[in-house]
Amino acid sequence: MVHTLRFMKPPPAKLDAHSEEFLRRLMQRQLRLSLSCAVTFLVALLGLPLLNYFWPELMARRVFGFTLTWLILGVLFFPLVWFISWRFIRRSSEMENQEADEVLRE
Amino acid sequence: MNIDPWIVAFSLATVAATIWMGFWSARKSRTAGDFFVAGRSVSVGWNASAISGEYLSAASFMGVAGMVMSSGYDALWYPVCYACGYLFLLLFIAGPLRRFGAYTIPDFAEGRFDSPLFRKIAVVFVLFIGFFYTMPQMKGAGTTLNYIFPGLPYWVGVAVVGAVITLNVALGGMKGITLVQAFQYWAKMFAISVPVFVLMAVYGHYGKQLEVNSASKLPSVTAAEQLPAGSGELPASRPSRAVRQPLPEKAPPDNLWLNPFGPLTTKAAKAAKMSPDASRPYSLLYTYSLIIALVCGTAGLPHILVRFYTNPDGVAAKRTTMWVMILIGVFYVFPPVFGALGRNVMPELYNGLSGVKGTDGIVLRLPTVLSERFGVLGSILSGVTCAGAFAAFMSTFSGLLVSMTGAMAHDVYGRILRPQSTPVERMRMFKVAAVGIGLTAIGLGTLVENFEINFMVGQAFAIAASSYFPLLFMAVWWRNLTMKGAATGMLTGGLLAVGAISLTSYTTFVTTMAAKYGAKELPGWLGSLKAHSLEGYWAAHPLQRILCEQPALWAVPTAIILMIVVSKLTRRDVPSDIRLKMLVLHAPEKLGLKQEYIQEHQGH
Repeated sequence: MVHTLRFMKPPPAKLDAHSEEFLRRLMQRQLRLSLSCAVTFLVALLGLPLLNYFWPELMARRVFGFTLTWLILGVLFFPLVWFISWRFIRRSSEMENQEADEVLRE
Repeated sequence: MNIDPWIVAFSLATVAATIWMGFWSARKSRTAGDFFVAGRSVSVGWNASAISGEYLSAASFMGVAGMVMSSGYDALWYPVCYACGYLFLLLFIAGPLRRFGAYTIPDFAEGRFDSPLFRKIAVVFVLFIGFFYTMPQMKGAGTTLNYIFPGLPYWVGVAVVGAVITLNVALGGMKGITLVQAFQYWAKMFAISVPVFVLMAVYGHYGKQLEVNSASKLPSVTAAEQLPAGSGELPASRPSRAVRQPLPEKAPPDNLWLNPFGPLTTKAAKAAKMSPDASRPYSLLYTYSLIIALVCGTAGLPHILVRFYTNPDGVAAKRTTMWVMILIGVFYVFPPVFGALGRNVMPELYNGLSGVKGTDGIVLRLPTVLSERFGVLGSILSGVTCAGAFAAFMSTFSGLLVSMTGAMAHDVYGRILRPQSTPVERMRMFKVAAVGIGLTAIGLGTLVENFEINFMVGQAFAIAASSYFPLLFMAVWWRNLTMKGAATGMLTGGLLAVGAISLTSYTTFVTTMAAKYGAKELPGWLGSLKAHSLEGYWAAHPLQRILCEQPALWAVPTAIILMIVVSKLTRRDVPSDIRLKMLVLHAPEKLGLKQEYIQEHQGH
């Protein structure tokens, strides 16, 4: 732990951050954000095998030579992942600033 | 086949550049802090390239293409889940671990539970998973050298590459590696994309390659067969469909290759002689277990997590991650194109038993088909992909070696064996440990010639998914987790996964060894192993085979449930300052809670 000391900022004067309520709200908000982002990609990731399983003809339809399912998994999935991570990063930064403001302002 | 000077030149240039950079930056890294996490002063662009460079291993560069060629659609889950796994890491684990400020998983394990004992357990597991993950890298090295110098035994390739990288790590530490890794990302990106574009320009684009695989047709389409145009937007001067060579008998037929639930996921059911319809639920199960292993396993890779600490602050860490997602995502589009092209243009690789003669060599070999028409261009491009392969296994092996050596020098030596050791002694230990671990990895690497690269990486991910992932996830999000609960869950999950995987890998190992002898009589030891290879058992119990080969589906929940149950039983062991710990994990770094936490701990 000693190595990290150099990079630390001085502690703030206010200590409301220690309340049980603050921690609970903090973790809840973060988990909710993470889960909401995870749901988007989990639905896509876990749903695709189901589509393949129940609607094989639809998923085998040709699009630009690809089968639909190949196009989704081999190409389109990556932009989806970028979009989700971009959204998560933006929203979590906003949330952090907001959380810090709440404590430091009080 | 003779040695091709172009290929040798490109490969040597990559190796030389890597070593030179290692030595060059070794002169700049002096303090112990530099050695372990590059002094935390790496810029976003460099760091994102370096993380991506480290992440894209021999499995990504060679293995994915080989597996897409041999198994078709099902293999696409690998690149997609490698990328999604990184996202999962970002969503749930990366931020809190960074705020907590622990260097490594053992640091985190000790800090979160106030337990030096748990640190020791975690260190053992870092080494354990690390070795599983070095084996496929070594296979990549052996395969590539065997391709460049035909006739060279597989183990020589493994030994030479392993020795070079070990030397490099021992001399440069991680600072050397950040620069080298970043360079190697761009080398890999160039090496995979440029040959793909050239090959597609000659043989038809990605979609056209897939179009040839008609789901309703019989497996053997004759060469140069012209089928009616599917999509009319192509220029008339070119053939409206890609041309392909006749497929050998060993190749999976079109409909199985192109569509989901193909050879990879139906293997167990097929061995049990089930009808295609009856085997579909088994394939679905296999697919899900594979997805869970790959997505959760990324979070447990020791050499990836440590990189998050090389960012100067949390904002930079997030920006870095975004760039990593983009860099690896773009990369992963390309290897499957190689697989699809390989199936049409170079199907003779289906007949290869293993190594470079099999599909794992497709990325290296495919560009040489251009030689027939364009002379030296084929050799040059093959040299480029060989250079990329070198970059791939060198970067990942270096990264693993650094994190494993770090665990040895920083944790085992610096904290357990000799806590009073000076920084100079620790740095010397770093070098000694690097050599020892490098040699062990080389030894293990010589054993795995007959396994598919990508498959082995998948197995390492499954083990990480059943041990580290539950530990990190639960420790970050559930405050009542106790050390005993975490240790029980992690060890049980990890060891069950290792055991299950070893059972099926053992069968694969014995049967492929035996297959090499063909009709000849087997030597005595192999004969007796063959008699107990479990082959008959797996054929009779396809479900158990699937669950053993891909254990994540049951091992991850088992670990999590055990953690919850044991933690409830040992409720009194929850650390007394757990609220402060959770605050440090979750509160914005601006609040400076970390500082307070450290002061409190020093006050004890």
